[in-house]
Amino acid sequence: MSELDTGAVAEQIAQSDQINEPAATPELGRPRRRKEDARLLTGRTRWTDNLTRPGLLHVVFLRSPMAHARITRVDVSGARGLPGVVAAFSGQDFADEQGSLPCAWPVSEDIVIPDHPPMAVSEVRYVGEAVACVIATDRYKAADALEAIEVDYEPLPAVLDMEEALTDGSPKVHEAGNKAFSTKIVSGDVEAAFRDAPVVIERTFRQQRLIPSAMEPRAVLADTDGDTFTVWTSTQIPHVLRVMLAVVTGIPEHRLRVVAPDVGGGFGSKLQVTAEEVLCLLLARRLGRAVKWTESRSEGNLTVHHGRDQLQRLRLAADADGRLRGLRVDLLADMGAYLMLVTPGVPMLGAAMFNAIYKMDAYEFACTGVFTTKMPTDAYRGAGRPEATFGIERMMDELAAELGVDPLEVRRRNWIRHEEFPYTTIAGLTYDSGNYEAATDKALSMFGYDKLRAEQADRRDRGDPVQLGIGVSTYTEMCGLAPSRLLGESNYGAGGWEHGSIRMLPTGKVEVITGTSPHGQGHVTSWSQIVADSLGVPFEDVTVLHGDTAISHKGMDTYGSRSLVVGGIAVLRACDKVKDKARTLAAHLLECSPDDLEFAAGAFKVRGTDAQRTIQELAYAAFTAHDLPEGVEARLDADATFDPDNYSFPHGTHLCAVEVDTETGMVRIRSYVAVDDVGKVVNPLIVEGQVHGGIAQGVAQALYEEAVYDADGNLLTTTMADYLLPSAADLPTFQLDRTETPATSNPLGVKGVGEAGTIASTPAVVNAVVDALRPSGVRDVEMPCTPERVWRALEGARR
Amino acid sequence: MIPAQFEYVRPDSLAEASQVLAEDEDAKVLAGGQSLLPLLRLRLAYPSKLVDVGRLAELRGVHDRGDHVYIGALTTHDEVMRSEAVNDGCPLVALATAHVADRAIRHRGTFGGSLAHADPAGDLPAVVLALDGVFVARSAGGEREIPAAEFFVDYLENALDAGEILAGVRIPKLGPGWGFHYEKFHRTAQAWAIVGVAAAVRRSNGSIAEARIGLTNMGSTPVRAHAAEAALQGAELGDQVRRACEEAAADTEPPADLHGRPDYRRHLARVLTHRAVRAATGTP
Repeated sequence: MSELDTGAVAEQIAQSDQINEPAATPELGRPRRRKEDARLLTGRTRWTDNLTRPGLLHVVFLRSPMAHARITRVDVSGARGLPGVVAAFSGQDFADEQGSLPCAWPVSEDIVIPDHPPMAVSEVRYVGEAVACVIATDRYKAADALEAIEVDYEPLPAVLDMEEALTDGSPKVHEAGNKAFSTKIVSGDVEAAFRDAPVVIERTFRQQRLIPSAMEPRAVLADTDGDTFTVWTSTQIPHVLRVMLAVVTGIPEHRLRVVAPDVGGGFGSKLQVTAEEVLCLLLARRLGRAVKWTESRSEGNLTVHHGRDQLQRLRLAADADGRLRGLRVDLLADMGAYLMLVTPGVPMLGAAMFNAIYKMDAYEFACTGVFTTKMPTDAYRGAGRPEATFGIERMMDELAAELGVDPLEVRRRNWIRHEEFPYTTIAGLTYDSGNYEAATDKALSMFGYDKLRAEQADRRDRGDPVQLGIGVSTYTEMCGLAPSRLLGESNYGAGGWEHGSIRMLPTGKVEVITGTSPHGQGHVTSWSQIVADSLGVPFEDVTVLHGDTAISHKGMDTYGSRSLVVGGIAVLRACDKVKDKARTLAAHLLECSPDDLEFAAGAFKVRGTDAQRTIQELAYAAFTAHDLPEGVEARLDADATFDPDNYSFPHGTHLCAVEVDTETGMVRIRSYVAVDDVGKVVNPLIVEGQVHGGIAQGVAQALYEEAVYDADGNLLTTTMADYLLPSAADLPTFQLDRTETPATSNPLGVKGVGEAGTIASTPAVVNAVVDALRPSGVRDVEMPCTPERVWRALEGARR
Repeated sequence: MIPAQFEYVRPDSLAEASQVLAEDEDAKVLAGGQSLLPLLRLRLAYPSKLVDVGRLAELRGVHDRGDHVYIGALTTHDEVMRSEAVNDGCPLVALATAHVADRAIRHRGTFGGSLAHADPAGDLPAVVLALDGVFVARSAGGEREIPAAEFFVDYLENALDAGEILAGVRIPKLGPGWGFHYEKFHRTAQAWAIVGVAAAVRRSNGSIAEARIGLTNMGSTPVRAHAAEAALQGAELGDQVRRACEEAAADTEPPADLHGRPDYRRHLARVLTHRAVRAATGTP
């Protein structure tokens, strides 16, 4: 310690009560409570709407009440003179500079990417599309002034049904027609698989349209000093957004800074380049002042991109013993009115997932993207994979029913056995690891499967008005987006690497800079644990910076359960580089060879002696730079990027028991067991939280949520009275456990966990509902399985 | 929340409030705000003035008045639920109030406000209707009594005249031998009733002597299931009661919305009425 004794900084370290000891037990796997929760839960934090700037102005948008219409006149002059109003503009006023909102995933050769002006100029194509705006000194005056804007519309026919939209006589959403793209992937001899197949099951399932409902509504604040521009926005993708805003607006990238302050949830809905982000930036440039927009919940229901919305026609061929021969998938995917950032890519993320954990001889996937006059769809928790998992898991239950075999038995006969990994699937993905048997066995014992089946039989025998149903979902998913090479092959517009930096501060504290952009996932805590273990520093001594392109200059942001498996590993790699530098410095100071040093508990120790330097001491030594070896810089800091060579493949078994009141149609979840395998776990509390929220969101799709448009294209579910989100009061206690089969595609053996619960749970619940009703002759209930739908399904079967 | 502009007044007395309301037909009474504020937020209502009666102590409180319980209009749902007088004298009101929205809203929302809002999907209108409550309206002209059967005029429309304020409601006590139940059917804990049934039933030996059934969300106003009430009179517990409850949806015109079409609501009314009557009579 002698070198440190004289420095004021060292004094501070010595006297401070902030000397934290490295944890005696490893941080990885420890249920740390989240560092960020106190400020997030109390709201004493930087939500975008909490931020203000000198002379701040507020913008509100006038939105189309028509699903489809030509705009023949917009007169904003009535708003311009009103109290507090600084400016009012129509789309025409920005026609020359607003550009077109980007689509970064042209999935096929034949794709049509229509022009998508942030503010409509000549035509509106969904209810809620912005047509004009008012900028005023407060939100109230701006909202009042909106009512003084006059717009004349010449109505055009709404296009709402995907199948009708593809017929010859259908009105068109865009001049080029209603087909956005079509793709087909074939693997194996599909004709042969279906020819003479003893069992062929054919079903059509509807994936209803959902509205992502992040707790924090979207908000954007843009400001300029005349030269540079800053956009604060409730986004998942500050880095991608910076590039895209530069491309769309022509503002050079180096004069544009994007900040994602604390963000209250996204679920994919904030993986977007929104009209409001572009327009706030352009308004700040036009007016030379700071401009803020915060949406209302109803505005958000109309104009946050929607999720799901597919019509799935599935055909499954099997042998008489249930062995799968082939699967044909024919999808219609509702794009809505325009292609947004990854709109067409969402169904394609399911392209290699319908075959799921099962072996088969042949597979065909066809998908047509369809334009309709509704809000565009895009990524929503799971994006493409929940849809695919729902389709195959429902089909496996239908196959089991057809054969009169237990649904788990049909799965067992077809799934990849644990000794067969790594396994290249019929769809071409290589699953690196997994153990479906172990997860299923564990789930079965927790669930009390046999006992519930006995109760089910008893209720059926008694003709109990409350029937019991048991639903199974043995899922996998591909996540951790991902290998840049594979993304390139799928024509995705960006890479899938991630960036991380470590800054060793003079006092030995550590700043981690991550290119991922947390919006509820707890990266600050998890990354602290990774770094604490790797560098041997106390958990409390690590802080994590993120979400500001001026601080975190490189990143690919947070979506697709990629943060830990890509971004966490980038941070780990940066730690390795820090340790390499520190080793050189330690060897110099301890006058030994680097090879004589062993690193443990945060210190480099000369083997066989007591001589050592902690990494925190070495950070100070690098800072003072009084005695550095030749060629060593005055810092231990390091940057690293990581680009895995494969996706990660979490899997698991979810079992759901429901009670269905056959008199009213009400479904109540009686018990729910989830055994997930997300590989090695950094923080089990965070993993549990992700699984809880994920299951809740999947249950919500199964039973509660649906965006409904009427025959004229008006959204009916604009408030939470009509768009039902379940709360804790509506959900059962989830019984959770894990198996741990490490991923082989990254050094921590971790897999993503952000989407697994949502992907797994929807088919588990619907399978349970159908299982309860199957003796009555019901073999499907469309989602969400509302009491009325369940009752009508029973009525239909009774007739 | 960004409502359209309105004036705000907070009168010191009921008389003053009544005068303001009499002078301006576009003025609205603001009590707990749990129904009115959402309408303002969505710009579905454009009142010229909000007359905040929230501090008029004379409108608050529950009083046991011998043959009836008087519930002041400003009494919050939470106060009603916990009131000894309500639980003793008209327990159905306490039972149903426990189903109103959620705990936070029950601490803000008021008994009178919820009734005066006259939303047929609200839980309390059907209850007060079933119990033959009497609404007490006050204005500069004095006090007027309005029977529950006349108070609910149409969807979100009550029988109060301009200048009249709902001061409170008299709930007659039903005496011994009565059982009560409120059966609410809704998709999530916080959602409105798709259908609700308020039942007050007097048992006599093995049959029903008298039944009063109020239906929530089965029309543009809360409605009494008169046919079922008649059929239940004298019905023996068991099959006869079940058959009587088949009349529950007679003469109703239930709404069609995202949560249920009319035929489903009629079906629910029958099933739920049977459940409510069984619960009220303590039979399985």
